[in-house]
Amino acid sequence: MNSKLSIRNLNIHFGDNHAVKNAAMEVAANSVTAIIGPSGCGKSTVLRSINRMHDLTPSARVTGTIMLDDTDIYSRGVDPVTIRRRVGMVFQKPNPFPAMSIYDNVIAGYKLNGVLKKGEADEIVESSLKRVALWDEVKDRLRTGAVELSGGQQQRLCIARTIAVKPEVILMDEPASALDPISTLKIEELIEELKSKYTIVIVTHNMQQAARVSDVTAFFYLGELVEIGETRKVFTNPEKKQTEDYITGRFG
Amino acid sequence: MEREHFSATFDAELDELRTMILAMGGKVEMMIAGSVKSLVDRDTPLAERIVAMDHEVNHLEVTIDEKCLELLALRQPTARDLRFITLALKIVTDLERMGDKCANIAKRSKELNQEPPLKPYIDIPRMAHWTEVMVKEALDAFVRSDADLAIKVCQDDSFVDEINDQIQRELLTFMIEDPYTITRSMKLNYVAKSLERIADHATNIAEMVIFMIKGKDIRHTLA
Repeated sequence: MNSKLSIRNLNIHFGDNHAVKNAAMEVAANSVTAIIGPSGCGKSTVLRSINRMHDLTPSARVTGTIMLDDTDIYSRGVDPVTIRRRVGMVFQKPNPFPAMSIYDNVIAGYKLNGVLKKGEADEIVESSLKRVALWDEVKDRLRTGAVELSGGQQQRLCIARTIAVKPEVILMDEPASALDPISTLKIEELIEELKSKYTIVIVTHNMQQAARVSDVTAFFYLGELVEIGETRKVFTNPEKKQTEDYITGRFG
Repeated sequence: MEREHFSATFDAELDELRTMILAMGGKVEMMIAGSVKSLVDRDTPLAERIVAMDHEVNHLEVTIDEKCLELLALRQPTARDLRFITLALKIVTDLERMGDKCANIAKRSKELNQEPPLKPYIDIPRMAHWTEVMVKEALDAFVRSDADLAIKVCQDDSFVDEINDQIQRELLTFMIEDPYTITRSMKLNYVAKSLERIADHATNIAEMVIFMIKGKDIRHTLA
């Protein structure tokens, strides 16, 4: 397997709480991996370890190895900011920068980090918005406030902002939970298209969504990875009874 | 013009399912034609090839069943998509049974070819032709969601039944006149009955198609 991400012996503690226990998984390049499991099982915790978000939590302790290609992202000397440039994140609640226009939101990553030549910005905004199928809807009002967009549009804007800095991996934490059914389907279709260029890991409490969008599904329960496999197999004939009980709705 | 799903992949998967069902139907149609041709032309090698083809039909049944299961698990289809996929599961059962019947016809043909022909075969090929048409039209109706074509298939079944009755009557007179014709007559009887059963399976498919399109179950209601 051409592993984009390789997670080994991952343990995450919040003070005394051993939230993730010895997780190990491989994520292939240009695939969509869904992480499912009941509330509190550690799925978001695992996701956030992939772009070192826990660095911002004082009580968090992460041990183990996460390889992004050939880089152990937790090894000494690795700057988390560079990791977060390679590994983007989309959150549950759409969070466009409220004081900025649509245009500025898309290139926010550059404004905060680097240099952009004049023509480059226009091109990046247009191509990013086209990739998320938002361009036609907003091209005539790029300088208006991002918060004036609908929830579904705001979320697609956030995805555009994420891909504008050309990441390799996109992490999504329940990206469609706050959206209506049609917007949800549009986001799912977008995920299907994005995987040709990016590697995607998505946490979702919506099992049917995991079944629809992912190639591989990982089931977590009480901090442990119970089963990981091809989505097609997990949803028709899972290996573990626990997995089957969860996906058939026999326990929460 | 049917609108597409948000997921282009789901549309592609449904198209793939349609294609596989048509492929299975195509094989069954070939088996109908081939099994009767092996009888009319006294072509035993052809009969043997038809018997072997049944394995391909059986294999397709397994493949299509797996595909349907996958679609149900991964796509949570509803309404007409759900009816389409669950009926695909039932339709391939009918097609598989048709394949079995054709293989049986081919086996009878091999046996009959070892004896002098009882009579020129006129009605059996006619029956086979109608049956083949019914199978083709039933499957076309399924993949194109064509209720009118499905209704036509249900109506055509009466032609096939009529020819079958005629054959039964004729074979009966043979057997009464000359007991030495009984073995061959019984086998020809079996061939005709098998074709009549295949036509019934085609009618089943057509009735399910009407259910799929109209959401109304007309099975076991048409005379």
